[in-house]
Amino acid sequence: MTDAGMTGATDYRGWTRPPFIKRPWLRWALYGGGLLYLVLAVASVEVNWVRVWEGLERGQRFIEGFLVPDFTSRWEDILQGMEESLTMSVTATVVGVLISIPIGIGAARNIAPLPIYAVCRAIVALSRSFQEIIVAILFVAMFGFGPFAGFLTLSFATIGFLAKLLAEDIEDIDEAQAEAVRATGAGWWQIVNYAIQPQVMPRLIGLSLYRLDINFRESAVIGIVGAGGIGATLNTAMDRYEYDSAAAILILIILIVMAAEYLSGYVRKWVQ
Amino acid sequence: MLRLKDLSKVYATGDRALTDVSLTVEPGQVVGLIGPSGAGKSTLIRCINRLVEPTSGQVYLGDMDITGLSRGGLRRARRRIGMIFQEYALVERLTVMENVLSGRLGYVGFWRSFFRKFPPASIENAYRLLDRVGLSDHVNKRADALSGGQRQRVGIARALEQDPDLLLIDEPTASLDPKTSRQIMRLIVEICDERGLPAIINIHDVALAQQFVRRVIGLQSGRVVFDGSPDELTADVLTQIYGEEDWSATIRKADEDGEDIDEDADHPGTVPVDRERLAGLT
Amino acid sequence: MMTMTDLAHRTWRRRSTRKELALWLGWLLLVALFVFCWQVMTESTIWAFVTDAPRQAADIGSRMFPPRWEYIPALLEPLWDTLNIATLGTLLALFMAVPVAFMAARNTTPSTRFVRPVALLIIVASRSINSLIWALLLVAVIGPGVMAGIVAIALRSIGFVAKLLYEAIEEIDEAQVEAVAATGASKAQVMDYAVVPQILPAFAGITVFRWDINIRESTVLGLVGAGGLGLRLQESLNVLAWPQVTVIFILILITVLVSEWVSAKVRHAII
Repeated sequence: MTDAGMTGATDYRGWTRPPFIKRPWLRWALYGGGLLYLVLAVASVEVNWVRVWEGLERGQRFIEGFLVPDFTSRWEDILQGMEESLTMSVTATVVGVLISIPIGIGAARNIAPLPIYAVCRAIVALSRSFQEIIVAILFVAMFGFGPFAGFLTLSFATIGFLAKLLAEDIEDIDEAQAEAVRATGAGWWQIVNYAIQPQVMPRLIGLSLYRLDINFRESAVIGIVGAGGIGATLNTAMDRYEYDSAAAILILIILIVMAAEYLSGYVRKWVQ
Repeated sequence: MLRLKDLSKVYATGDRALTDVSLTVEPGQVVGLIGPSGAGKSTLIRCINRLVEPTSGQVYLGDMDITGLSRGGLRRARRRIGMIFQEYALVERLTVMENVLSGRLGYVGFWRSFFRKFPPASIENAYRLLDRVGLSDHVNKRADALSGGQRQRVGIARALEQDPDLLLIDEPTASLDPKTSRQIMRLIVEICDERGLPAIINIHDVALAQQFVRRVIGLQSGRVVFDGSPDELTADVLTQIYGEEDWSATIRKADEDGEDIDEDADHPGTVPVDRERLAGLT
Repeated sequence: MMTMTDLAHRTWRRRSTRKELALWLGWLLLVALFVFCWQVMTESTIWAFVTDAPRQAADIGSRMFPPRWEYIPALLEPLWDTLNIATLGTLLALFMAVPVAFMAARNTTPSTRFVRPVALLIIVASRSINSLIWALLLVAVIGPGVMAGIVAIALRSIGFVAKLLYEAIEEIDEAQVEAVAATGASKAQVMDYAVVPQILPAFAGITVFRWDINIRESTVLGLVGAGGLGLRLQESLNVLAWPQVTVIFILILITVLVSEWVSAKVRHAII
């Protein structure tokens, strides 16, 4: 049987793909609205092409900087900045993890009583709503310039991130295991220790390592507002138009992040 | 006509899946391929359309040597070979119609297929096939909204939409319940008879194979160890294929099932097409 | 052989002595690392400032209130810019991230040896550098303004979107790909019919998720001159206009909450 010529063309039943949004008015409203927004948004972007043209020369110098990065002339500053960034990432991660474990347990609806749950969720929401940069601005204003403000910022951000994910993990555990331990007459602490800890521990370790990685990356940013670390060095290099030094710093950041990712993958495999 | 000559496959891991398999499938013949898990059944039918590249040997479809084809030639050859899969292998998030029409992909250009502008004749044929397999009411449903039996019917329609010269069928009933399995097998055999279409069916259920096909090939560790009619499948033969086991129940069960379900099981070619029953079974 | 007396005194320990030792050593190393890092970090800390912090906090707090609500009209245009930076930046990123993702996924890459490492390098470079740093570079190159913000957001998002997308591509059901290839479809058709339908939900989810993050990030890009609300924040901080800073913080908070709500709704609708 061939698919053509069996019946006359007039008998053919047509077919078109059913549209993703069924109601036509809604479909066209969404398409039209989207298009209108795009036009307005693009129109409101003012570009100073003369400035862009002038900037191209700098862009070129930047690319040259990346090809021939200058590690030596600012090596002292880079070293100091990296030292601050790395140490504040480590300390902030450790402190953040330690604080977020009780908060995470408290923010898990299946094991925490309602008042504690509400308080812990509020802390998580507060920590997550504010950008690291904004927190850093406030902490720098309170504690003065330097890595200590950065350490506080990153600890604060770690709490929101880790406590939320930990709470979700605890809420997702296999209830049967918790029930089995509860059935033996175990107390609340024993349930946490025997039924919940084994289930969430590998992921907690994985997440902590991931957060260490994020903290390092963030530490490169908060220096821009004075909270110490490699970001301050980078900002200075940019201000002085030393693009080859800036490129060197960026390359180092990328390398450290790559190394951290590789290492954390290794550790995660080892833990599981 | 399909002819395999000394077909062998050694995987990169060193596993020998097929060793010197030679066989011929005559026009209109439906062959059941049986054998234990890991005997190479799946590899064998995938070597025919080169979803798995054979290590050595030839596959002839008519006069064409499929094993020697270039990429473009292989694509044209694949258009002529319909394939039905275990677990259906439908594109779950596309509609039933899109899944059936994907059988024509080898015949239309990229942009036509991208905008789903298939030739009217292909669409009409897809409608007719969906009528035939009893899915007329589900044309615009997404494939993942169907039951197992319905999905396999879509899989059959997709293969037939290719208007193939050969059907390769990989464990069509592996994930279906016994009743649906029989319905699907019957549908496949009926369609093959209607069209005089040769087919190779991988099947792990010996009783089902005995009931529906007229030629059985037994595969063991990548070698053909049996080739004959279902009646010749004695306990000795089954032991040779699968290993030592009490086979009496299997053999008797097949006979009973055959009488129970279909009086004409010995002559599938003469079974009248029971459209009402098919339509009611969706 | 185990005698009866041995059986009577069998003890159980979770770990062997050696493993126990290794575990303790690990913890010890962690504590030592922490103490060392802490000392290095606080070397230059002036503790007088730290102990003074509560007073400073109270001082800033008192200056932040009451918020200067009349400042809101001046914030509407930067708010619109912030929205545009996030949305257009995300769209721009998608155009670049999709090809990178297909080049990075093992099952779709044209070449595992040459193309894939390049795609992975693009992903890691883009991901390692925060959008604020990208903005810092771009402001220097193409000048301050919304454009620098859009490109910065796009450059940062490529890695994020491409990474999640290529992981989704690697997880697709190969049987569906095989089935479409078996009909004689070309490579492009297999992509369109078997790969794209499978990754579309993940793609939409990733896009909305990243858009949500980009809204957050674009609120502060102005600190380095890349347009949006951050620009006003920088101005207000420079003149220590704390009541205005409060208004900006509140506006940022509302924007972030709304975008999170929208993104959660959309993701819910897709899945």
